[in-house]
Amino acid sequence: MINRTTLTNLWFNKRGRGYLLQLLVLLGVTTLLAIIASNTIANLQKAGLTSGFGFLGDQAFFDINQRLIEYTSQSSFGRALVVGLLNTVLVSSLGIITATIIGFFAGVLRLSDNWLVSRLITAYVEVTRNVPLLLQIILWWAILTSLPKIRDSIPVFGTLFLNNRGLRAPAPVFEPSFIWVFIVFIACLFFTFLLLFWARRRQRRTGKIFPVGLTALALVATVPLIVFFSLGQPITWDIPARTRFNFQGGFNITPELLALWIALATYTGAFISEIVRAGILSVSKGQSEAALSLGLRKNQTMRLIVIPQALRVIIPPLTSQHLNLTKNSSLAIAIGYQDLVSIGGTILNQSGHALEVVAIWMAVYLSLSLATSAFMNWYNKRISLIER
Amino acid sequence: MKRFTITIAAAVLTLGLAGCDENEQKAENTEPAAPQASSTNTFEEVKARGVLQCGINTGLAGFAYTDDNGKWAGFDVAYCRALAAAVLGDPDKVKYVNLTGKNRFPALASGEIDVLSRNTTWTFSRDVKLGFTFVGVSYYDGQGFIGRKKLGVKSAKELDGASICIQTGTTTELNLADFFRVNKIKYEPVPIETNEEARKAYLAERCDVYTTDASGLAATKSTFADADKHMVFPEIISKEPLGPLVRQGDDAWADIARWTLNALINAEEYGVTSANIDEMLKGTKNPEINRMLGTEGSLGEMLGLPKDWAVKALKAGGNYGEIFDRYLGEKTPLGLSRGLNALWSNGGILYAPPMR
Repeated sequence: MINRTTLTNLWFNKRGRGYLLQLLVLLGVTTLLAIIASNTIANLQKAGLTSGFGFLGDQAFFDINQRLIEYTSQSSFGRALVVGLLNTVLVSSLGIITATIIGFFAGVLRLSDNWLVSRLITAYVEVTRNVPLLLQIILWWAILTSLPKIRDSIPVFGTLFLNNRGLRAPAPVFEPSFIWVFIVFIACLFFTFLLLFWARRRQRRTGKIFPVGLTALALVATVPLIVFFSLGQPITWDIPARTRFNFQGGFNITPELLALWIALATYTGAFISEIVRAGILSVSKGQSEAALSLGLRKNQTMRLIVIPQALRVIIPPLTSQHLNLTKNSSLAIAIGYQDLVSIGGTILNQSGHALEVVAIWMAVYLSLSLATSAFMNWYNKRISLIER
Repeated sequence: MKRFTITIAAAVLTLGLAGCDENEQKAENTEPAAPQASSTNTFEEVKARGVLQCGINTGLAGFAYTDDNGKWAGFDVAYCRALAAAVLGDPDKVKYVNLTGKNRFPALASGEIDVLSRNTTWTFSRDVKLGFTFVGVSYYDGQGFIGRKKLGVKSAKELDGASICIQTGTTTELNLADFFRVNKIKYEPVPIETNEEARKAYLAERCDVYTTDASGLAATKSTFADADKHMVFPEIISKEPLGPLVRQGDDAWADIARWTLNALINAEEYGVTSANIDEMLKGTKNPEINRMLGTEGSLGEMLGLPKDWAVKALKAGGNYGEIFDRYLGEKTPLGLSRGLNALWSNGGILYAPPMR
């Protein structure tokens, strides 16, 4: 009797009811998942298939054309997956950086007063945004593979060769003394930060502006160069040379990587440009008018007043575009770029461990996305702290 | 406060889900896995469904292609038709599922198809570890290379530094890696999903040579406009016994699939063709033929099929030799000679166990 009263009370209590319903939903979902899992395991056992991640140690026996780490057909499935993961990370990071740059320029230029520029950007945005990404990837691949054949490679600057098997470029070979150039470069960067700090303090105290930008450029660009030449140019170049079938030496960017990179960057860049445009437009005109009337120059107004405020609007949707790009990179499979999905698929086929490979795919993309969004959230927090 | 509780509840719910992450991932695969458990009797399922689901290539001249009427035809397709005729009495009761080298095995394992007839190599690990049963060899093949004559290459061993188009998820991919490693030469693999894509990439000179089973090379070459400018290298670097396969653990169905193939081969040996089969049905002096055609004994019954199962299968497209000649033989654009695939009595190694 008491029990019943408590339960009834719980039901009529708004908060209690909420808890109860949520608990029931939770129970339902968990039970469903448990049934699905046990059913799958039972089915697998019935079919005589083993599961587990032990197979990752087995020899892969297949080759991969683009590898950022040492890999041969003697390496393990696990290593092959790492090669694929690195290829995914490579194309995603290249794509994210390029898409963001394209997006920012396109976003700003679309607001330009120049009729031609703004219309051209509008055309770019509307075309790339509204054509399926898969088609764009295939289109770029088709364009790149219809470049001249290897025999008629287009030489660029004499040592770069563009053909339908990609872009073959000289690879730098660093001599041991090159480390000094690097150290000096880092030191210059460090000094620039100190300079920046000092210039800010001085400006706050005296109001005088120190041309940090130009000084830093001169410092970072020239000092390491002087060191480089005084050490007797400690870099040699591994220049590609024609052999019977291909170029030997240097490194090659495959048409698959190029096509995927260009397609992902231009596609996502179009979305980002809209986000940037929205961000800039969200800053009320009064802000820049006020800045201009205070005597700030036009570029200072943009840099110090408009962009910091626009960024607060831009960053959250920008994050989701970056996540989209990473996930979209799995379309690589359409043109044979050997990313995580492509190599995982081969492993799935050669080893028969479908569940495990799918589990790995999901875990990896989840972690990549969570890592990207963690970084962007940190950045978002940092810029939104500057409240005025 | 209310907002806070909702947040907590949401967090708990998320945690609950996160804890089951592994389950969730498995759930992804449950759908295809589910019919697996119930499909221990594929034969009953096919009869109940009234249609045979047969996995074939996405397109490979001679083996699986669409004919002028838009219907699937070819060497691998002919087997599907014969099997459908034996089981359902009608060679047209087939639903073709086009599969790439990569997705063929998941399709068979999950029960999406009843039998895979897609120039698939019988290997130890596929038979043992992937959980399939190969029902026989329908074509003895080997891996070769095709390249342009102007390259001046006479042997695959001269391919040091070449770019090679290769279908992923195949045995050829593995043989290629082995071949180049053993001969200590380098190459750039260009991974491709289907034969059609490989053909395009090769013609665009994205790769110097294309490697796959010699029959596939002949098939692909037959579609080139300038076929005489290309040559198949004489080297065969592997054994590729191709044949149909079914899921392991369904012996009744495997028997039907195996003996349909054997009946096609035996029919050629016994001289039973689609032309003379009606004559032979009236009775012959050869008891093997009589048993196969069901005029004597009860072979069909043993399989759980009607007496005339083999007759139906043979009427679908003729015996093995007829099928070979129609789709792959010397009179076709592929122009393949019987070679290893001639009957054992004709100097080949095609040998089916007796129908007794």
